[in-house]
Amino acid sequence: MNASVYLDHNATTPLLPAVRDAMLPYLDDRFGNPSSRHAFGRIARAAVDEARQRVAAAVGAHETEVIFTSGGTEANNLFLKGAAAMLPAGRLIVSAIEHASVRAPAEQLRRYGWQLDILAVDGQGRADRADFQRLLAGRPALVSVMLANNESGNVQDLPALAEQARPTRAWLHSDAVQALGKLAIDFRALNAAGVHALSLSAHKIGGPKGAGALIVDKRVELSPLLAGGGQERDLRSGTENVATLVGFGLACTLACDPQALSERTARLVSLRARLEAGLVALGATVFAAEAGRLPNTSFFALPGLDGETVVMQLDRAGYAVASGAACSAQTGRPSPVLDALGVPPEVARGAVRVSLGDGNDSAQIDGFLTALQQIVAAFAHTAACPAAKPRLAETSRGVL
Amino acid sequence: MKLPIYLDYSATTPVDPRVAEKMIPWLSEHFGNPASRSHPYGWEAEKAVEEARERVAALVNADAKEIVWTSGATESNNLALKGAAHFYAASKGRHILTVATEHKAVLDTVKELERQGFEATYLMPQQNGLITVEQFQAALRPDTVIASVMAVNNEIGVIQPIAELGELCRANGTLFHVDAAQAAGKMPLDLARLNVDLMSFSAHKAYGPKGIGALYVRRKPRVRLEPQMHGGGHERGLRSGTLPTHQIVGMGEAFRLAREEMGSEIERIRALRDKLLKGISDIEEVYVNGDMEQRVAHNLNVSFNFVEGESLIMAIKDIAVSSGSACTSASLEPSYVLRALGRSDELAHSSIRFTLGRFTTEEEIDYTIDLLHAKIAKLRDLSPLWEMYKEGIDLSTVQWAAH
Repeated sequence: MNASVYLDHNATTPLLPAVRDAMLPYLDDRFGNPSSRHAFGRIARAAVDEARQRVAAAVGAHETEVIFTSGGTEANNLFLKGAAAMLPAGRLIVSAIEHASVRAPAEQLRRYGWQLDILAVDGQGRADRADFQRLLAGRPALVSVMLANNESGNVQDLPALAEQARPTRAWLHSDAVQALGKLAIDFRALNAAGVHALSLSAHKIGGPKGAGALIVDKRVELSPLLAGGGQERDLRSGTENVATLVGFGLACTLACDPQALSERTARLVSLRARLEAGLVALGATVFAAEAGRLPNTSFFALPGLDGETVVMQLDRAGYAVASGAACSAQTGRPSPVLDALGVPPEVARGAVRVSLGDGNDSAQIDGFLTALQQIVAAFAHTAACPAAKPRLAETSRGVL
Repeated sequence: MKLPIYLDYSATTPVDPRVAEKMIPWLSEHFGNPASRSHPYGWEAEKAVEEARERVAALVNADAKEIVWTSGATESNNLALKGAAHFYAASKGRHILTVATEHKAVLDTVKELERQGFEATYLMPQQNGLITVEQFQAALRPDTVIASVMAVNNEIGVIQPIAELGELCRANGTLFHVDAAQAAGKMPLDLARLNVDLMSFSAHKAYGPKGIGALYVRRKPRVRLEPQMHGGGHERGLRSGTLPTHQIVGMGEAFRLAREEMGSEIERIRALRDKLLKGISDIEEVYVNGDMEQRVAHNLNVSFNFVEGESLIMAIKDIAVSSGSACTSASLEPSYVLRALGRSDELAHSSIRFTLGRFTTEEEIDYTIDLLHAKIAKLRDLSPLWEMYKEGIDLSTVQWAAH
């Protein structure tokens, strides 16, 4: 049991107790395979259907537009590779700050003969509209721009980008994994604006790991990634992960309820303002601060301090944060997001991400700031004492 | 005794309560992302994932480094076949060898590869559901890049001669993939001795949770795959995506229990299965599908001639069984597995798969035997075909008129 204060909600979130309770019967006597036609199977099928309705309702989609997957990564792969497989190799645009689960399949498509164009972002992480216009002139077949970034938290003006892309008739996809439960999402409205698909994940919104969905306009023809028994209208074979999908469904209902969402947003915005006032007082640079951001995310760097070191010291002090995206936490690589924002490497090296959640309160923020202040003071001291520096660096690697 | 009685363990199994108990902490306080490298929430999750990996490896005598997590056996089969076929096509060739009675996750994947320019051979099994070593050897070609044969068939439970087939593949320089979704925990599997390069596993067929599986990828000699799920580089780049800790812990515990208890469990279940077979063998015109010797202990697949399959399922609602594989049961097509064994459409349609498991009791089997006797007699009483058969008319010579 660890007692750290958890400030890493963009990596994953604690499972909501109500969600866990809803899941447990499906790990007990409601264990049937939804494809079975007997009573055990029908109970499981009904549970999957209800989960699908819940997910659809949470994002303003129709239940027939929901394809369940094993998570956000699979949803992103399914859209990009699945749509590409139905098209002649053409051009594909993805933004410069996409999650690895968009970037990597896009790279894969490039190896299969697609031309991959990277959409530039400005210093706040916002898609560069002029660059987009220039790339759209190349008649792309596929475009993928994330709704909200996992590291900086900055939100794209998706309807405007969709409007811009519409004349090309490209399929436009958005990775909405980080936006779900933090912003109101209305797929009907986005779809009307020209967005054709969204990726979602359960474990970023108080749901369980191992479930996600691709919300997709039925005009988009997809080739399945997983061939087999024909589940999910033949678009995603494999026995449905019933308990986890039940959890996903309820988590969507709870996280996306408009009242709950607006209250949560207000609370998180005020907590983050408290946090960032303290950070600025410590001399921190907050990234993408001028852009519209997710209410819970603060991505910053302290001058002269290494991000990895700060994160390790914060861990010792009892605060769990990230120095980059957990999903691509290979050591030593600077954040490609900050690179795209034009942040110089010496500043990017200091990047620390705090992502808040329902369990956090202002006392924890104050405690965090105090701990951070002590780290700044300690390291300002050791910086003046060169002999101590390598030893500390070694220790932090040892912890890794 | 609680009704309905569950006799469909090959479709899915209940999660063993001991497994569920191990999973629950990972659905509560231990919620970290195993990929988080900067705090204890992540470290403890990663540790749990690695312990589970050891346990899955131990059941099949493999090294933990040879186990890759997937979302289930369907994904494992897709990853094994597409990943290996694409990686080795240029160096080895574009021929794939498999069997007509494989699971859809293999057959449909091979069909997809055919559309991409691979060539496939689908071996037809003998009437007992087994392929012969000679037949397999004759079909291997110098350009056979991969062969895929399931260890245990999901519908009829027959066990293919994996050890012998593996030796032939090794000698031919062909990769050998085995879908062991229905075999793990149901029969011994020793990957240190078997010449198997890739093996697919599922948790929910072995008292673990749904939504988690694994692919064994041999390291010595090293087998390489082209990843099919791209992203953050989890699973050493072979399969990206946040690892579902609770499900992985569940699979690990399920496989640990299987290793400890398989020996005695198989014998208990075999006795019950044999009792069921004996109990219904006095019913006329009952045909067992698939070999009874080379067969897992928990499976009994029988056709009740002159009984319509759907009516039978309805009549025996008190027992939950399958009239084909669960994964294809939404269609009314007769089982392609039974058709491949040379069964007529009528016999294929009237087939019932009974699969027993850890929680099956003798009382349930007794009830099932009595129920089958009563219901089959009743259905046949209503059947004109049965009446004609009893009158000695050879139905295969009857010319049916359309009207």
